[in-house]
Amino acid sequence: MAAADLAVEARGVHKFYGSQHVLHGIDLEVRRGQVVVVVGPSGSGKSTLLRCLNHLETVQRGSIRVCGELVGYRETARGPVELRDAEVARHRRRIGMVFQQFNLFPHLTALGNIMAGPLHVLGESRARALAEARRLLALVGLPDKADAYPGQLSGGQQQRVAIARALAMRPEVMLFDEPTSALDPEMISEVLDVMVALSKQGMTMIVVTHEMGFARAVADRVVFVDEGRVVEDAAPAEFFTRPRTERGRAFLDKILH
Amino acid sequence: MTGWDWAAFRKYLFNPYLLDGAWTTVWLSVAVMAIGLLLGLAAALMRMSPHRVPRSIARFYIWLMRGTPLLVQLIIIYTGLPQLGIRLSVIQSALIGLGLNEGAYLAEIIRAGILSVPRGQFDAARAVGMPYWTMLRVIILPQAARVIIPPLGNNFNGLLKTTSLASVISLEELLRRSQMLIQLEFKVLEIFVVAACYYLAMTSLWGLVQRRLETHFGRPYGPSAGRPPRAIEGTLLEQDAR
Repeated sequence: MAAADLAVEARGVHKFYGSQHVLHGIDLEVRRGQVVVVVGPSGSGKSTLLRCLNHLETVQRGSIRVCGELVGYRETARGPVELRDAEVARHRRRIGMVFQQFNLFPHLTALGNIMAGPLHVLGESRARALAEARRLLALVGLPDKADAYPGQLSGGQQQRVAIARALAMRPEVMLFDEPTSALDPEMISEVLDVMVALSKQGMTMIVVTHEMGFARAVADRVVFVDEGRVVEDAAPAEFFTRPRTERGRAFLDKILH
Repeated sequence: MTGWDWAAFRKYLFNPYLLDGAWTTVWLSVAVMAIGLLLGLAAALMRMSPHRVPRSIARFYIWLMRGTPLLVQLIIIYTGLPQLGIRLSVIQSALIGLGLNEGAYLAEIIRAGILSVPRGQFDAARAVGMPYWTMLRVIILPQAARVIIPPLGNNFNGLLKTTSLASVISLEELLRRSQMLIQLEFKVLEIFVVAACYYLAMTSLWGLVQRRLETHFGRPYGPSAGRPPRAIEGTLLEQDAR
């Protein structure tokens, strides 16, 4: 596979929290336009993996590339060296992230949340950022919530604004960290609908989720992570019907009942 | 015993010499607060640094300033430093002494404010590509302000009165002017009561400003910002888009 096709390329990623070994040499390749759903028991390291991909966490060994470029590090003769804050920030522009707890900026309106990146990171003009923010709000189905503060929005609406906020940076890859886990059941579909629409537009997406319906419908691949290792990596139809490992089977037994 | 003299009190209530002293108190307080905010922010950020050196420097600064009387600090700066060849004017000494002192107290307030902002806000700001300073300026400090302003206002109220300590290094603020006027006119009680009234007016005015600030920074979280009722919740995109 040509490297140019790879949106995300993680090689032998190890992550420690102190003495706790959270990721045991993760390898993950995601081609442009692919949707990869990451599943696994809680504490398996899926969220940590996602946070490593945009360098919200450092990695102790291995490398992570997004669109061919090393994330958070620079290669030297003596191995990778962590970049300065401003350079890491530049890398992160191309990687959108959506969090379980939404993490909208509570002091800014929906528009303000979406415009914050374009205005203060990309240095776009106010007029341009505003027009784009309005377009994105309409895209996630909330054109009339422009001036609402996060505290005035439901969970589902907040998460949709959070998706718009990430999209405003025109990312190459979108990471979703359990985007529907904190939502009341009746609000899950409104968020998933936006994600489905996004995948249809060809967005490269890595999604940590327990929504198996979404995985079946949208994912190109399902990656099953357990105890910090990629245990299975297969098409959803294959993984859900014929998991190759005992651990995969045990996991599916638990969540599908 | 001469008793209370209403006529003298009324006369001094609008005395330009005292009013000018009060004005000095006001601008000195504002200038010191500005210096204190800069120093306090720097010290707060240094105290939260992952590196040991800045952390130790900040802790030492706060320990030193909070552990010694302001009066002693002012006298050292104005009267003591010339011995080392460092000669500062009265105003410079007052700005440095009061500013350094205020910064140490504000550092802890600002640090508490920043710590009150949830971790997720830092993550989200970083995830949209914000470098450290942008994140602080655009995301973290505006949220911390809501927590910082009540104790900060308290400090400013205190500062309006604390500036009177600068009278010992002969800065002609309100208290010093009152003392000087008394030496000429011998109306001790009346003039000091006028000075007290000025202080009250200044702190009361500040109370109004502070309430405005609190309202401003609290607005996004206001009473209308609670969860909307379930009934108007749409579960499908199409419903909300209407």
